[in-house]
Amino acid sequence: MSLVTNLLRSRVAAALASPHGVDHYLEQVNPMWAAHDVRARVVAVRRETETAGACVATLTLQPTSTWRGHRAGQYVQVGVELPGSARRLTRCFSISSAASLPGEQITLTVRAHEEGQVSKFLVHEARPGQMLHLSQADGDFTLHESAATPTNNRLVFITGGSGITPAMSIVRTLLRDGYDGRANRKVTFLHFARGPEDQIYADELAEIAAADNHVDVHLRHGEARFSEFELRRLVPQFRDTDTWVCGPSGLVDLVREAYGDSDRLRVEFFKQPSTATGTAEGDVSFTRSGESAANTGASLLEQAEALGLEPEFGCRMGICFSCTSRKTDGTVRNILTGEESSLPDQDIRICVSAPVGDCSVDL
Amino acid sequence: MSTVTGTTLTREQLDELGREFDVIRQRVIADLGEDDAAYIRGIVKKQQQFEVAGRAMFYLPPLWPLAVAALSVSKILENMEIGHNVMHGQYDWMGDPKLNSRIYDWDNVCPGEQWKYSHNYIHHTFTNVLGKDRDIGYGILRMDEDQKWHPYYLGNPLYAFLLMVFFEWGVAMHDLEVENIVAGKRKLEENKALHAGIMRKVRRQALKDYLLFPALTGPLFPLTLAGNATANLIRNVWAFNIIFCGHFPAGVATFTEEECLDVEGPNGREESRGHWYYRQLLGSANITGSKLFHIMSGNLSHQIEHHLFPDIPARRYPEIAVEVREICERYDLAYNTGSLSTQLFSVARKIVRLALPNRTTSPEPAPVAETPVAA
Repeated sequence: MSLVTNLLRSRVAAALASPHGVDHYLEQVNPMWAAHDVRARVVAVRRETETAGACVATLTLQPTSTWRGHRAGQYVQVGVELPGSARRLTRCFSISSAASLPGEQITLTVRAHEEGQVSKFLVHEARPGQMLHLSQADGDFTLHESAATPTNNRLVFITGGSGITPAMSIVRTLLRDGYDGRANRKVTFLHFARGPEDQIYADELAEIAAADNHVDVHLRHGEARFSEFELRRLVPQFRDTDTWVCGPSGLVDLVREAYGDSDRLRVEFFKQPSTATGTAEGDVSFTRSGESAANTGASLLEQAEALGLEPEFGCRMGICFSCTSRKTDGTVRNILTGEESSLPDQDIRICVSAPVGDCSVDL
Repeated sequence: MSTVTGTTLTREQLDELGREFDVIRQRVIADLGEDDAAYIRGIVKKQQQFEVAGRAMFYLPPLWPLAVAALSVSKILENMEIGHNVMHGQYDWMGDPKLNSRIYDWDNVCPGEQWKYSHNYIHHTFTNVLGKDRDIGYGILRMDEDQKWHPYYLGNPLYAFLLMVFFEWGVAMHDLEVENIVAGKRKLEENKALHAGIMRKVRRQALKDYLLFPALTGPLFPLTLAGNATANLIRNVWAFNIIFCGHFPAGVATFTEEECLDVEGPNGREESRGHWYYRQLLGSANITGSKLFHIMSGNLSHQIEHHLFPDIPARRYPEIAVEVREICERYDLAYNTGSLSTQLFSVARKIVRLALPNRTTSPEPAPVAETPVAA
């Protein structure tokens, strides 16, 4: 780390810049300058598939020098300010490129979901030169052993749709770092896609499958569903094999069932915005305290109190923000404005938010 | 039709008033977007430019007055248009951590956490309710005739002057509720947790304004320190004057707790939304002025609109004011506004007059209101 970076990160710099952060000043001069924050400039956008309503694109990002790198399989939070609304939305995306060192470029492969405002923006509207907000990489859906010191362990990846990205990052890392057939470590890559036209990385997967590298690639398209029978045929001892599964909840559930209580299975799934039912149905869960009950339609604050919780509150009329809490999942309606919101991980004022259907709050 | 206790409005009128203000709130909130984001980011950028310019000019002693001026502008903008409004949650909808009420902590010795409790919650919920709103006289002044007179209040003008000079310290001490400790209503131990927060902010300001920046100017240390202290003083005086015009000019109404509880709720009598708006409206006063003046006051020159909609970005208050005035005319309610000098004179007069016991023969002078006051 350079002297300048050390100085900018020092407590003296923080004291001089307060109440703003040092980054707030640096950003005004050059958006790629940062001492703590991580941002990235979009370098390239490449379309992977063109299926209407489910386009996939790969974005190459140049992070700021604050990027600490990532282990293959990790994800990153991406924040974008959507044009028109000026609201910053933040979502998690797996990094699809091989493990990166500090400051190195990464790629994200994103499918534009019908409901996903961020994914739609990244696929359809992101252009080279645009800035995105990033977090540091996070997550344990990673390969713990390195390609440089291979063991004889077999590895299994089971993925569905855009769930292929973290597994792809791991396989790319293995191959980049010198993994080959001589390591005698067999990799089984089982992937499910809606159809050949929906297949992400089709060319690269074909190359990997053809090369002499002990990576077996099995692509299943269309109606094919995961079956324990098929997995047993490919990997007889699958329950004792390190396995990574990432994909839609239907696939994850089937795989979990097949693995039973095996501790070799690692699961990754992301939250999607839920759809509102428009009535006071469903259950309200307060995740930190573990309390839950049927939704009564009252404000979340009142429902929490009815369960014996004592969340912080102030005005109880939506003006003072004392009761702001994080809704992790579900839809809420603002009692004052009637506005509904289904975004995951959103800060809401629980005194004026009533759940619409299932809802989870970090209380 | 029945007139609700203490108001000039009927029950139906109060409820309709509440609905009208709710409609304005909904419409403005639905309209928030890029212009509001660009505005606050633009203000932050300007403030940072004044800050950098001010700090830099201390290296050239002949520019000392300019340096102090630039730094004062920076501190005023930061405390009023940025700090106060961001910490009200006005920009939380943007999802930008740099402008979030839960994260931002202003350049002031009063910790944001404590200010948000005493200001956003206590003052904005119980505005001008005697015995509930501790901003009436801040526990040290007599600002309402219904506060019982005591020989202590002979010092009213002196206390007000001291509060003006040390305003940020007054704001920080405000949460310690010293008057309640003296009265035996609050225990000293309750303040222990608050002390740490205040000391953290005091150290931060002392380190920045009275040690690091002066030290960075080397031999000019004393001059820079004096300049920084002056900028803090100027900010204190300005903030005090703007804020005292918000609730203390003649004609601003205060309320008793009983008269606010106008409807029957599930847990006993409570205040209706309409009456809450009504109280905010009559309990606040505006200051007229130029666009620049409104920005430098953090738009607290639109105290009425701020109290009706404390969580709506302050730049919207001027446009909302047009509708609020129209509503006031229809309901025959006073809309208290005047120039800075008019309002300040009115406040100063009240501070001096209330230093003495109430005179039964001389009623309070007529409210300063542009619309005719309801009989």
